[in-house]
Amino acid sequence: MPLNLKEHTVETRETRLKSITGYSGCLSDLTTRTACGSVANRERCFSQSSTCLAGCALGQLSGIRDVAVINHAPSGCTAMAAGMSVLNSQLAAKRGVTNGTAFVGTDLNEQDTIFGAVESLRSIVHQVYERYNPRAIFVGTSCVSGVIGEDVDSLIAELKREIPVPIAVAHCEGFKSRIWASGFDISDHAILTSIVKTPKQKRNVINFKNFFESARPEIIELFGRFGVEPLFFYQNSTIDELSRLSESLATVCICGTLGTYIGNGLEERYGVPYIRTINPMGVVGFETWLREIGRVIGKSTEVEVYIAEQRREFMPQLEDRKKELKGLRAVIGMGPGYTFEVSRVLQELDMEVVWAAAWHYDVQYDNGALAPSLVHLKATSPSDFKLSVADQQNFEILNILNHYKPDIYFSRHPGTTVWAIKQGTAALYVADEYMIFGYRGLLNFAQSILDTIKNRSFEKNLAARTTSPYTDWWYAQGSEHFLKEDSR
Amino acid sequence: MAKLLDQPRYKCAMAGMQTVQAITRALPILHAGPGCAEKLSGSAGSSGYFSSHIFPCTNVSGQEIIFGGEEKLREIIANSLKVVDADLYVVLTGCTQELVGDDTTSVVRSFKDSAKPVVFASTAGFKGNNYLGHDWVLQAIFDQYLKPAVAAQKGLVNIWSGPPQHDPFWLSNLRELEKLVGDLGLIPNTIFGHGRGLANIDKVPSAEFNLLVSPWVGLDSVTLLKEKFGTPVLHYPVLPIGAFETSKFLRAVADFAGISTTIAETITRARESEYYYYIERYADIFLETRVMSKRFSTISDAQYALAITKFLVNDAGLLPARQYVTDDTPVEHRPALVDHFRDLNYGIQADVSFSSDGHQIHEEIKQADYFGYPLILGSSWEKQLARDTRAHYLAISWPNYERLVINSSYVGYSGGLKFLEDIYSVILTRFN
Repeated sequence: MPLNLKEHTVETRETRLKSITGYSGCLSDLTTRTACGSVANRERCFSQSSTCLAGCALGQLSGIRDVAVINHAPSGCTAMAAGMSVLNSQLAAKRGVTNGTAFVGTDLNEQDTIFGAVESLRSIVHQVYERYNPRAIFVGTSCVSGVIGEDVDSLIAELKREIPVPIAVAHCEGFKSRIWASGFDISDHAILTSIVKTPKQKRNVINFKNFFESARPEIIELFGRFGVEPLFFYQNSTIDELSRLSESLATVCICGTLGTYIGNGLEERYGVPYIRTINPMGVVGFETWLREIGRVIGKSTEVEVYIAEQRREFMPQLEDRKKELKGLRAVIGMGPGYTFEVSRVLQELDMEVVWAAAWHYDVQYDNGALAPSLVHLKATSPSDFKLSVADQQNFEILNILNHYKPDIYFSRHPGTTVWAIKQGTAALYVADEYMIFGYRGLLNFAQSILDTIKNRSFEKNLAARTTSPYTDWWYAQGSEHFLKEDSR
Repeated sequence: MAKLLDQPRYKCAMAGMQTVQAITRALPILHAGPGCAEKLSGSAGSSGYFSSHIFPCTNVSGQEIIFGGEEKLREIIANSLKVVDADLYVVLTGCTQELVGDDTTSVVRSFKDSAKPVVFASTAGFKGNNYLGHDWVLQAIFDQYLKPAVAAQKGLVNIWSGPPQHDPFWLSNLRELEKLVGDLGLIPNTIFGHGRGLANIDKVPSAEFNLLVSPWVGLDSVTLLKEKFGTPVLHYPVLPIGAFETSKFLRAVADFAGISTTIAETITRARESEYYYYIERYADIFLETRVMSKRFSTISDAQYALAITKFLVNDAGLLPARQYVTDDTPVEHRPALVDHFRDLNYGIQADVSFSSDGHQIHEEIKQADYFGYPLILGSSWEKQLARDTRAHYLAISWPNYERLVINSSYVGYSGGLKFLEDIYSVILTRFN
């Protein structure tokens, strides 16, 4: 289905990608249901606090250099501004650049819910423009501005005539989607509709969507061998760079969940090919990904030379680690992009995935096809492991860990790792999106797993002195106990 | 009316969930969107027996906005009682369900016969900030949970201070206040942190008096206790840092509690003697720094702006440049607060501004003359300002993302020394 870039806002993942947040079954069941078009969301009658799309959308946009993000919301929704500012300054310093981005709020109060605050927002946008001279302005809407019916789109249409830099609305009403990854699409939509320009020339550049560009030097070097440059975004990117995304040779993304909207959007609108392989994690993922890039940019021979070099250096070391890792049982709790990819990587290391929990599941990506990672897993997985869509529900995860007692749990979201440890399961936080990137990343990851399970002191000490927040009754239930029957 | 919140230093009322969480084994149940708790809990030390990932939440979607969320809430509360092992369940409402008019009071009332207490506080983010939310949560617990005491317990003093978790030093400050009050022979009672909880809340009505150490936050909840149980209130606005203010604090508490001045004097004399043993040894450092003027500014909530001004003027002998109070202090509390800033030794007075516009504060500081390198006590937001003004800078309040505070305190005699340690550890990184 084509992307609708004429609308002010992007449809949610539930609508566009038929995404769900509740499911419990196994790999074969999910893939069969997906093929038959019978995947249905299961609501919960008990749920725990999760994450909203506004944080994702505004977090992405505020990483861009020298822009202003104005959150039309009560103060709590803008609490993230401080963390983003610190992150921006640390990441800019690492690159040796400066980032003058301002992330402010409008501090909506009770009076505003009665009388409206569009006029206040108008003067705040002007004030922010005067104050920071940003290269673009992104205005985020919120649950409150949505419920009270603030017509922010009309205001911004007027302001566009008064302020000489791009202004876009990021429609972030948190209640409209349970899937925070919808926020990635919201930021992409704002960039596609307000920043990206019609291409004037082709450039030897590959768009690289990621989070925090930790492997930037390695990737610059790698792509340099093939005569192309990466353009990382959004963190530390500039409005100028983003305006030229349409001129690149191709788009790649470190995570399928993160890249679907802009990758497909750039391809559909400007003919920039979107590389849709499994992700560059582990050897299989990295080689598949790099070969496809080589094919698209006409550098297949050079890619094969590079792969052969790297294999000579790393494969013997990896084989050594695999002997020790063989048979270790793992549970994974991550976003769907990483859950499926990390499952594959663990199997590549001869480990056993006993349960993979994805926080949500996109039945399809924006090109109408399944996630390549799931297709690959279905074809190659040695076991039909248990799989759930768990919306970050901690009570389900701890129930699963208690029941399966794996050797290790893999987390990826802040604040989720300690719970496995307190229940006596070793845990490794896969924080950096490049943690398993390529051969070196896989070696580091394999060694980190071994290091994690070899010294259990911290977790043993802590687990011995803490108690679970859940009742015995809960541990006696199945983890799917509170999932209602299929609701669609 | 909406206003420019530039460099936020407060969160919304729903951050009162941190006040609930600070009561060991008390669980917030959120009738709110899926992202509220995560956004509001983003500071170090926010996990524990529970964390925002454990808090039950209705995770409201369009369905609950259009059709109302009362049934969803009822279901979540009922199942919370089955799944999560808590002593007290506190339902908190977010913006959307207050706007659509859910009758949360009725839903919560239907759990009045449940095995564990369930209470409700309205904490819609648009109704106020986290400083107010803290007070609203306490009022809800006092009003809906507490029963009158059979008899007052002689010497028992409830101690209340700033909002838990938002203030990085909140718990150790409270522990230090307990020790000080205990030194006077009184029995301190606090409800937050390790080893405290519902049993301490149960004791609240039997206290001889409530001691509120805070310029304005928490006033309504101790006033409620006075109305409900007739418990007298000692409102002491200055969080005591260092010898001068701590001795003053001890005398005030002793006086209110009817403890003889001899006892108070014996204690303060001994503690001051020890404090000045250290000051005497390190005075060279304070007197002979080449890199600091005598002028400082604090950019923080009313509690720290006032406490630090008192300490640095009355104890350390510095002079206040303008002080900035960033907690959106309600207008009715501002005149009294301004008076406290004018009540300093030698008739010294500190100018004070109330502002939630960090950019404007920074512009003012850049324009001001500190007659040398300034000393700036603030938050993460002041790091760049400090570079721009060549200031010495210490982050003492939220947001403080580049500093880890586990159990340090600035309260009391030892807290004053700790504060000096932290300030001069910054100053000593420069020669001139």
